Amino acid sequence: MPETITSPLLKSGSAEEMRSLEAGLDSLQSESVERRGIDWSRLLLPLAAFIVLLLAWQFYVSLGLRRRDLVPGPLDVFGSLGTLWGEGTAQEAVWTSLQRGLSGFAISIVVATPIGLLLSQVRLLRRAFGPLISGLQVLPSVAWVPAAIIWFGLTDATVYFVMFMGAIPTIINGLIAGVDQIPPQFRRMGQILGASRWEMAVNVVLPAALPGYVGGLKQGWAFSWRSLMAAEIIAMGGSLGFGLGSLLEQGRQLSDMGIVMSAILIILFVGIAVELLVFAPVEKRLLRGRGLLAGSTR
Amino acid sequence: MTDLLTVEPLLAAEGEADGDGREPAVVLENLGKRFGAGPPVLEDVNAVVRQGEFVALLGASGCGKSTLLNIISGLDVPTAGALEVPEDGAAFMFQDSTLFPWLSARGNVEMALKLRGVGRAERKLRATELLDLVNLGHSAGKRPHELSGGMRQRVALARALAQDKPLLLMDEPFAALDAITRDLLHNELERVWKETGRTIIFVTHNVREAVRLGQRVLLLSSRPGRVVAEWDVCEEHRTNAGAAGKLTGDITARLREEIRRHA
Repeated sequence: MPETITSPLLKSGSAEEMRSLEAGLDSLQSESVERRGIDWSRLLLPLAAFIVLLLAWQFYVSLGLRRRDLVPGPLDVFGSLGTLWGEGTAQEAVWTSLQRGLSGFAISIVVATPIGLLLSQVRLLRRAFGPLISGLQVLPSVAWVPAAIIWFGLTDATVYFVMFMGAIPTIINGLIAGVDQIPPQFRRMGQILGASRWEMAVNVVLPAALPGYVGGLKQGWAFSWRSLMAAEIIAMGGSLGFGLGSLLEQGRQLSDMGIVMSAILIILFVGIAVELLVFAPVEKRLLRGRGLLAGSTR
Repeated sequence: MTDLLTVEPLLAAEGEADGDGREPAVVLENLGKRFGAGPPVLEDVNAVVRQGEFVALLGASGCGKSTLLNIISGLDVPTAGALEVPEDGAAFMFQDSTLFPWLSARGNVEMALKLRGVGRAERKLRATELLDLVNLGHSAGKRPHELSGGMRQRVALARALAQDKPLLLMDEPFAALDAITRDLLHNELERVWKETGRTIIFVTHNVREAVRLGQRVLLLSSRPGRVVAEWDVCEEHRTNAGAAGKLTGDITARLREEIRRHA
């Protein structure tokens, strides 16, 4: 093999030349990230999809294949929705459920976060309780309703208990998954920078796991909302307020499909609203801030 | 953990000093490292790095360069021999900048200051100074993904300096950069080194880079890693193409000889 030696590097250029060269390279190599204002397609596209589905529904009903009282059309449902709104029943149900859902979710976050952090950092605890927490997530939280009614009677405690059993394991698991996915070099860097165990958890582990954690929160919200509906459908009366689940169950007892469909639509609508107004912006901000949004469909 | 292994400055090493009389910052004496029952990664490594010195550690892949840096920084412990390192550890820079993606350039530098216990107001001030030092004052608010590879490494350099350790270990920090940026960062690093007076151990597999930056070049053999040759680089090697070419050629030949032993 011929012994070719590439030419050596030499020092060259004055400090000022170097500085301007560097500035030029910096502007060539880093791209400015555009920040757009409100993107209306985010609002209009879901709306259009909704309208298309409504039209399909109306079309199916207008074919007259089923009895109208069993399969009401969108117009019938909007009619009974209007009546419920006029009576104030709809507002009361939404308010009661939303209040419970949000406070139950907030408490779940406060309880689940330290537990999740502890489990993800301490191997012994993780090994001992990890499978149990995952198992709890698999167990449908409705399964807790009978037990909760026996323990707490028909009180708000029953509803909250069921919600916690649904949301807390989910949030814990989300946080653990987020921590597991932290690239190891971040912890190593934290170690080099001299972080103590606590500083590492607060300054490195938690922020690094944030996308996974928010994903877990989103799922946790879904679980709380679902558990809440299940609890409200099964447990009615007593000192329990009148929530959306209660409205749904009432519709069934009255065999009023209009009320049943209205309740389902409201439950769905609250879910969509929370996703679009709370989680979507937070997730988007988080991902964009870390450069993870490029090329995604979000 | 390094305390146990600290030895008195070696008289023999002291005698070998090239006359400028500076205190040794790092002393490695018959240092060895093996993982489990495997063959030794490092064996009988002997080296002295003086305070304020810029030493380039050169070697082919698999010579245990990174292991050696980990041992010097205290992230790993040797299985044989002794070493003397600064009491408060070392700052470290990797090929991958390892900036925290959830923090801006400024936030990353401030994090190093925060974990060192610097107060909030002073953090802000120091971070600005350090980012200005690496000519990045204009991009302080940008997140790592908005910066180019070279800019990220400059932020990483600023962060390493923010640790305020007298010893800076660099593990192929410019290996992933394009040639233009790398040349520029060589100038930048040299300037920063002169301004801050740090002791730098710079690991590379690039002979030209070693000659360009180091005051001394140490050649590490592979499997096991051992210091097998050493060159002094003088100012002439940096300004005179002929002298630089000659030295680069000598070192390259020796490096290739080391690699051929494994054929």
